[in-house]
Amino acid sequence: MTAYTATVTVRLKGGVLDPEAETTQQALERLGFDLDDLRSADRFEVDMDAEDAEDAESRATEMAERLLANPTIHDYDVEVAEA
Amino acid sequence: MTVAVIRFGGSNCDRDARRALDHLGIDAEIVWHADGLPEDTDGIVIPGGFSYGDYLRAGAMAARTPILDSVRAAAESGTPVLGVCNGAQIGSESDLTPGAFTTNRSARFQCEPVYLRVENADTPWTDAYEAGAVIEIPIAHGEGRFEIDNDRLAALEDDDRVLFRYCDADGEVTDAANPNGSKHNVAGILGGDDHVAVLMPHPERASLPDIGPTDGQGILRAFE
Repeated sequence: MTAYTATVTVRLKGGVLDPEAETTQQALERLGFDLDDLRSADRFEVDMDAEDAEDAESRATEMAERLLANPTIHDYDVEVAEA
Repeated sequence: MTVAVIRFGGSNCDRDARRALDHLGIDAEIVWHADGLPEDTDGIVIPGGFSYGDYLRAGAMAARTPILDSVRAAAESGTPVLGVCNGAQIGSESDLTPGAFTTNRSARFQCEPVYLRVENADTPWTDAYEAGAVIEIPIAHGEGRFEIDNDRLAALEDDDRVLFRYCDADGEVTDAANPNGSKHNVAGILGGDDHVAVLMPHPERASLPDIGPTDGQGILRAFE
């Protein structure tokens, strides 16, 4: 077994309104920053022991499918690295 | 009929729901989620609140507790299930009903009375009303914006599974009358069967004559 860190990034699907990101963008603009758009995402870093990177990725993917992301509104991606 | 009102850590409309049901003469008891559903349960309310502190997403944690397996099994065997507010979020997170309830267009918590138009009056939850009737019930949520992809929304509408839409006092479904940015002003829907429903507005807060309007009684009478 090898120690891995799987990074699961969960973001809203394209076209889904993100009021929190809009509010954050407005706050940045009030601070004088010039920006065109802003998107936010949630990142989960999961430490685990796995047989190999493929095993770690498949387990993290299942975590995303079953809890970390809501498929109605979210896309996600998984990256795995040895810890 | 004994209605189980499921309490999670952070539920805060459980007592209101029981009191409203009591007022209508419907036997109800509050059930701690970890104790499981009582054997004599023949109706289920998933009440409003902030279960698990809305961690991750509103309703996400409660939707994955063991009692929701029992709720799904009960729903499949015909037990009426109503999710209100956080209960609606839990219902959608647990696939009892389609879509998702997410951050309000305003990005704010909103607590206010709203008007709802009854879209389908041929369900246990709405047969106390006429189709097209306008009822007034409060909302109190920060994550009530109904989101769903367009194909599934069209399927919901084609199947007549939209129970209520946000509207103005005259029953017009307008963007101005949409408090949270919900797609097509959807405020409440049916699950796969007519006896499973979720809605963001709070019928239990519009059921006791001593404290205001009672338009919400008709929804709770589904448990009679």
